[in-house]
Amino acid sequence: MATKLSVEDLLDAYRTMKTIREFEDRVHVEFAKGGIPGFVHLYAGEEASATGVGMHLKESDKLASNHRGHGHCIAKGVEVNGMMAEIYGKKTGTCHGKGGSMHIADLDTGMMGANGIVGGGPPLACGAALAAKMKGTDGIAVVFCGDGASNQGTTFEAMNLATVWKLPVIFVFENNGYAEATASKFSVACKDIADRAVGFGMPGEIVDGHDFFAVHEAFGRAAERARAGDGPSLIEHKLDRFFGHFEGDNQNYRPKDEVKRLREEVCCLKRFSAEVTQQHGVSPEQLTEIDNEVASMIDAAVVFAETSPDPDVADLTTDVYIKY
Amino acid sequence: MSNDKIIAVTMPKWGLSMTEGKVMEWLVEEGTDLNVGDPVVDIETEKIANTFEALDSGILRKKVASLDDILPIGALLAVLAPSEVSDSEIDDFVSEFLENYVPPAPEEEEEEESAYQYIDADGYRLRYSKMGTGVEKIVLIHGFGGDADRWLFTQQPLSEKSTVYAFDLPGHGQSSKSVTDGTVSGLAQTVMAFMDSLNIAEARLIGHSLGGAIALQSAISCPTRVTRLDLIAPAGLGEEINVDYINGFIETDNRKEMKGLLQQLVADPELVNRALVNDMLQFKRTDGVSNALSQIAAGFIDDEGRQSRIMREEAALLTIPINLIWGSLDKIIPADHARGLPTQIKSTVLDGYGHLVQLEAATEVNAVLAV
Amino acid sequence: MARKITFQQAINEAIDQEMGRDESVIVMGEDVVGGSGADGEMDAWGGVLGVTKGLWGKYGDRIMDTPISEAGYVGAAVGAATAGLRPVCELMFIDFMGVCFDQIYNQAAKFRYMFGGKAETPIVIRTMFGAGFRAAAQHSQCLYPMFTAVPGLKVVIPSTPYDVKGLLIQAIRDNDPVIFCEHKVLYTVEGDVPEESYTIPFGEANIAKEGDDVTIVAVGRMVQQSLEAAATLSKEGVSCEVVDLRTTSPLDEDTILESVENTGRLVVVDEATPRCSIATDISALVAQKAFGELKAPIEMVTAPHTPVPFSGTLEDSYVPSPEKIASAVKKVSEYTK
Repeated sequence: MATKLSVEDLLDAYRTMKTIREFEDRVHVEFAKGGIPGFVHLYAGEEASATGVGMHLKESDKLASNHRGHGHCIAKGVEVNGMMAEIYGKKTGTCHGKGGSMHIADLDTGMMGANGIVGGGPPLACGAALAAKMKGTDGIAVVFCGDGASNQGTTFEAMNLATVWKLPVIFVFENNGYAEATASKFSVACKDIADRAVGFGMPGEIVDGHDFFAVHEAFGRAAERARAGDGPSLIEHKLDRFFGHFEGDNQNYRPKDEVKRLREEVCCLKRFSAEVTQQHGVSPEQLTEIDNEVASMIDAAVVFAETSPDPDVADLTTDVYIKY
Repeated sequence: MSNDKIIAVTMPKWGLSMTEGKVMEWLVEEGTDLNVGDPVVDIETEKIANTFEALDSGILRKKVASLDDILPIGALLAVLAPSEVSDSEIDDFVSEFLENYVPPAPEEEEEEESAYQYIDADGYRLRYSKMGTGVEKIVLIHGFGGDADRWLFTQQPLSEKSTVYAFDLPGHGQSSKSVTDGTVSGLAQTVMAFMDSLNIAEARLIGHSLGGAIALQSAISCPTRVTRLDLIAPAGLGEEINVDYINGFIETDNRKEMKGLLQQLVADPELVNRALVNDMLQFKRTDGVSNALSQIAAGFIDDEGRQSRIMREEAALLTIPINLIWGSLDKIIPADHARGLPTQIKSTVLDGYGHLVQLEAATEVNAVLAV
Repeated sequence: MARKITFQQAINEAIDQEMGRDESVIVMGEDVVGGSGADGEMDAWGGVLGVTKGLWGKYGDRIMDTPISEAGYVGAAVGAATAGLRPVCELMFIDFMGVCFDQIYNQAAKFRYMFGGKAETPIVIRTMFGAGFRAAAQHSQCLYPMFTAVPGLKVVIPSTPYDVKGLLIQAIRDNDPVIFCEHKVLYTVEGDVPEESYTIPFGEANIAKEGDDVTIVAVGRMVQQSLEAAATLSKEGVSCEVVDLRTTSPLDEDTILESVENTGRLVVVDEATPRCSIATDISALVAQKAFGELKAPIEMVTAPHTPVPFSGTLEDSYVPSPEKIASAVKKVSEYTK
C-alpha cells in the first residue's frame, strides 16, 4: 500500500507497536510468576489499532480507553516506567499505585483513562469532544471500545448524542471476536458493528485491524472530518487478541492452536516489518536496532517497578477529594 | 379600669430590623424599687444581646414575661406601680393589656425594612437609613467589618432631637462591595459625597473605630462641613492596633474562630451570640468582601501592623467641639490613645467596657452624646 | 440588597450569576431549555418546573437540551469536566439515578483517587427529590443516602432560598463532583435572598433554631417540618434546637455533637426510607461519639420501608409530619430510665 509516511514516521510506528508487544508479552510472563496483583487484560496482537490511531493525535486530543488499555496508553505517549510501576501497584506508578492496570490515566498527555466498566468510555469521550468544541479548538476525542462494549446502552447513548450535538469524537471498535468468553458472532446482533453507524447518523467503516496502513489511513480521514466540524465517525477494526480476556483465562472457548496460528499468520508486526522493508525503504537493521532498544527499555521498566517502593499507608486516604 | 399610676414595661425596639426579643435573665426581683437606668432584664435579639434598663421609675410589682419567652416588640414584660395599688388591680391591668395588645403587623415590619434606602455617591451604591427631623444633621460612621447596625442603640435616641443618618461604608453591609479608594482619605471623600447626594451642607459626625478616623479625616479635609466630632474608640490617634484581630477577621471562614474574634470586641463575651457570628460570616462570604476588607485594612495599617494614618496633631488644630469616648477594656485600639491630647478635646473612658462600647454601654455613651 | 424570591428563583439566579462570571460553566439536561429542534418556541419550558428559564436567552448554546439518555449525557458532562469545562448537569428526578449511576459513582467519584490525584472533575449534578406532589413511587424518592455513602462525591441538600443560592454557587465553584439535591416541594417557598453572589461552605450545618431541651437534626424539607413541630412544642414548654445539616457529605459532626452535649436528647428526622439512611448514619455517629451525653435513646422519624404511595392520604402519612416529629420529641424529653 502506498504511503505518505516518511521513514522516520514508519520507524516511530514500529517502535510504538514493538513497545506495546514487548510490554504485554513481558507482563504476561511476570504475571505468571506472581509478581503482579489484581487483573490485567493484555493487548498483544492489536498493536496496529492503537498505533495507527495514535499517530494522528496531538497531546491536546483526548483518548478514552477500556480495560484492555495498555496499548492505548503507550500509543498516546504515557511513560512506560510509570505504567509498569502502576501495574505492580507501586508508589512510582502513573497513578501512584491507586488505580492499577484498569485505571491507568495521564490527563496531561490527554489519556483520559483505562476504564474498568465496559461502555464507560463513550460518554466520557463525548464530554471531552464537547469541551473541545465549546472552547473553539480543533481538538478531537477518540474512544476505543471492544465488541463487548458495542452492545452496552451507554455506547448507544453516546453515539446518538455525538451525532445530535455534532461532536468531534471518533468511536473505534476493536472487534477481536470475543467479549470475555463469548463470541461476538453470538452477542452482536448485526453482521458487523459498523452496520450500526447508519442507525446513529454517522459514517461507519470496516478496517483490517492488523494492517497498520489501513488503520492509519481510515482514521486520518475520520480525524479530518471531526476537526473540520463535520461530526463523529465509527470505525470497526477487525483484529485478534493473542492472550485471554484476562491473565489466568484458560481460553477454552477458543479452538486449540488458534493463538499459535494467529501469531504466525496475522501478526501486525510481522506484516508491517515485511511491508516497510520491502516497499518503503526501511532496512532490517533499523528494525533490529529498535528491537534491541525496546527490549532494554522494557527490562529497565520491570526493574524500576520491582525496586520501587509501595505506597505509604497514609496514601490510603489521600486524593479522595481535592478539598473536603 | 386602668390606674394611671400603673406603668407597663414593654419589649423595646432596638434598631430598625428588630421584631422580637428573647427574655434571657431577670436582673431584679419583684418588689424592687427601680430608678430610671437601672438594669431590669437581659434581652437577646437577632443582632445582639443587651441589658434593658428601666425607662421609668417605680416598684417592680409583677414580672409578666418568663425566661426564654420570645415576644414581639411592645409586648408586656413587667408592671411597675406604687405600693398602694392592689395586686388585683395589677392583675386587671395585665389582662386588659394582653387582651388589647396587638403585635406589629408584618406590613408594618416591611415598612420598617424599607426604611433602609439606597443612594449613589462617589461611584458607590450606599445603603443608609434616616431617623428624625431635627435641624442638626448627624452622620454615623461605623468601623471595620461592621455596618449601620452598629448604631442599633444610638440612632433612635439621637433622632429625638436631630436628623440622624447611618450608612454602610463601601465594602460593608449592603453597600457596593468593590472599593476604589480604601484609604482613610478616600473613605472620607465618600462621606462628603454621601452628604452631597443628600444635600447635607454640614453635619456632626459620629464615628466608631475606623469610622472615627474617617470622621476625623473628613473634618480635617473639609472643615466647613463638619460641625462637631464624636469619636468612639477611633483609629487615627495612635500607632497601636490589634492587627491580629484585623487579619483574623479578614481570613477566617469558621464559626468558632469568628466567635472568638468577635468576643475580643466586647468586655462581656456572652454578648456575642450565634446570630451575630452568622451575620458576620454571611457578610464575609459575599463576593468581593475579602478584597474590599484587605484593601481597606491596607489603607490604615502598615506592613508592621501599626496604624499608618495618625492625626493627633491635626486634631489638635481643629476648632470644632471634639469628644472621645472609649471603653477601658478595649482590646482593639487602646484607650490610652485618648491621653495627652489638648484639653479642648474632651474624653470619657467608660470603665469595664470593650471596643464596641456604643453597644455594650449604650446608655452611658448616649448620655455623653446627648450633651 | 436582600429581597424575597422563591427557592427556584434563587437556583436560577445562582446559575445565572455563575454563568455570567465564568465562561466555562455550561448547563445541560432534559428540557432545561425545551423546544430544541421543534417548530415552536425555544426556551419553551426552561426546565420541567421552569427552574432554568431565561438562561438560554442570555447564554445561548452554553445551555443545551439533551436526548433522554442519562447515561450518555451525564457521562458526557463528567468527561467534559475532566477536560476543562464546569458542567451543571441536571438529572431531572433523583429517581432516575439508576440509569446513570455508573457515570456518577464509578467514574466521576473515583477519578481523582484512581488516577493518583491527577484528575479534577468539577461537575455539579442538580437533581429533584422528595414526596408531596402525588408523583408516585418512581418520581418521589429521597435517594441522597446512596450518594452520601460514596467516597469522592459531595452531597448538598439545601432547605431555604438563602441557602440554596449560596450552596449552589459554592457547588459550581467547587472542583470536586457535587450532587445538588433540590426538594421539589420547596421550589415555591419564599425567603430573603441578597442580590449579590455569595457562598456557603460545605460541611457547616445551620442552627435553624436554638434550644436547650432536645436536639432535632433534619435535612431538606424536614427542616421546615421540624421548625413547625418546634414552634408547637415551645408553647408546651419544650425547647428544641433544630440543626439543618445542609450538606450530608461533608458532614458537620461538631455542630451535631455540641448540640447533643448541651441537650442530651436527639431526634433525627429524614424523609428517606429507614434502612441505611441519613437518620441511621447520624444516630450511629452520636451513639458512638456522644454516648455519655445521652439522657434518652435516640429517636428517628423517617418514611416507612415502602415505596412512595400515590394516593394523597397515603402520601401524606408517608412523609414525616410535624405531629410525628413532635411526638418523637416528647418521647425523648419525657424519658427516664
